[in-house]
Amino acid sequence: MKTLRALTLILAAALLAACGSTPLRGTGDLGLVIERASGHVTLVDTTARQAYARIGGLGDLSHASAVYSRDGRYAFVFGRDGGLTKIDLLEARIVKRVMQSGNAIGGSISQDGRIVVAQNYTPGGIKAFDAETLELLAEVPAEYAPGKFSKVVGLADAPGNKFAYALFDGGEIRVTDFSNPRQPTTQRFPAGNQPYDGLVTPDGRYFLAGLFGEDGVALLDLWQPEKGARKILENYGRGQEKLPVFKMPHLRGWSVAQGKAYLPAIGRHEVLVVDVATWKEVGRIPVRGQPVFVMARPDGHQVWVNFAFPDNGKMDVIDTLAGKVVHAFEPGKGILHMEFAPRGETVWLSARDDNKVLIYDTQRFTKLGEIAADNPSGIFFTARAARIGF
Amino acid sequence: MSGTRLVFALFWLSTAAAATPPDAVRQQELVRLVRQDCGSCHGMTLQGGLGPALLPADLRDKSRDGLKAAIYEGRPGTPMPPWKQFMSEAEAAWIVDQLKSEFPR
Repeated sequence: MKTLRALTLILAAALLAACGSTPLRGTGDLGLVIERASGHVTLVDTTARQAYARIGGLGDLSHASAVYSRDGRYAFVFGRDGGLTKIDLLEARIVKRVMQSGNAIGGSISQDGRIVVAQNYTPGGIKAFDAETLELLAEVPAEYAPGKFSKVVGLADAPGNKFAYALFDGGEIRVTDFSNPRQPTTQRFPAGNQPYDGLVTPDGRYFLAGLFGEDGVALLDLWQPEKGARKILENYGRGQEKLPVFKMPHLRGWSVAQGKAYLPAIGRHEVLVVDVATWKEVGRIPVRGQPVFVMARPDGHQVWVNFAFPDNGKMDVIDTLAGKVVHAFEPGKGILHMEFAPRGETVWLSARDDNKVLIYDTQRFTKLGEIAADNPSGIFFTARAARIGF
Repeated sequence: MSGTRLVFALFWLSTAAAATPPDAVRQQELVRLVRQDCGSCHGMTLQGGLGPALLPADLRDKSRDGLKAAIYEGRPGTPMPPWKQFMSEAEAAWIVDQLKSEFPR
């Protein structure tokens, strides 16, 4: 009896000690910042507004991006050099890392969270991996003509374990269905000249591919793919000479707010506004440079815009009710990316050349804090785990 | 005689101007521009992205003048923009020389 009591006490003490060393916590307010030049990611807590860990050894992270497991615990980081790294945000460590291609440009995760798909430039195509083990499940080359492989852009997840993407060299939109992960099937749709990026609307219904080689955006209704891709915003430049584009815009990251899509113009210092019910242009908003990211705050009341070189120190904030820029400022040098807190009270901006991530109050536009990071680029919060097309 | 000397002097001046490398501070700026901003299409390590790779092996068969023109004037019909508002022709040539050997970190 006495021994049993002693044993119970020891067990209780051991349990307490275990709890003391690793307190339980959720993942809903965590995220990571890519440090592009040094192959590190910094893990951040959006409630404390602080970094809590830093992990190295991720290779070439220029243009890296990340997606999350459904529980928000694991991040899958796609490096430029083809590295795919699975990170445990709670234990702050690399779980697994594979080199999956020679030159990659991002990836996505399936609706059911079981399949991670990487999009590649070299060799051009997509590859599907088991999210648990990172084992290769299938490979879909982006062959658009015999022996010709395209760079893949704009990969986004869609309902039904499908992925939509575009072929930069091939001028196509493709939809690959991974409902049978080892035997994917692919549909092809002519899209237009040089699609440079894509997005899936928040409801998962439409895939949009921005075109670089012509004025316009290709649109595919994923509920009725048999109708094919069509062009919207055709000739938005109206034949006028384009301004030089010193960095390709990005479409990923929702820019759909209040029933309208806000899209970067190519070669024009404007944000194009489209009604998503009719897909007709309903306005354009002049901004201070070539837009790169045009991202809606989660409530859709504001759209934040950053710019290509040489205007990449500027940010413009559009009020969607007023339909114009209501706040313009210069938060730092080389603003490459932004991410909103899950419900939008703060926005985090990476200032590459200042080696800082800046945290701003989105209502008052005041700076709330900053985090040191070595050449920060992409910022990715776990709230993405629950969103279609992220 | 003086005419010959003048021509010679002009010739010397023009080659000297073309050959004058940017100073150390400017070189740093250009290296950063290439790695960070050209890098958004060509990759920070210049191994290519949406734009082609720019490593010495990739450029071996390409002419110095053609590459300089691609940087300075851009390449119509492709996403490559002209960079002339940010550098001189001599600086574009210096970048080409660095790319063709080993580009500084």
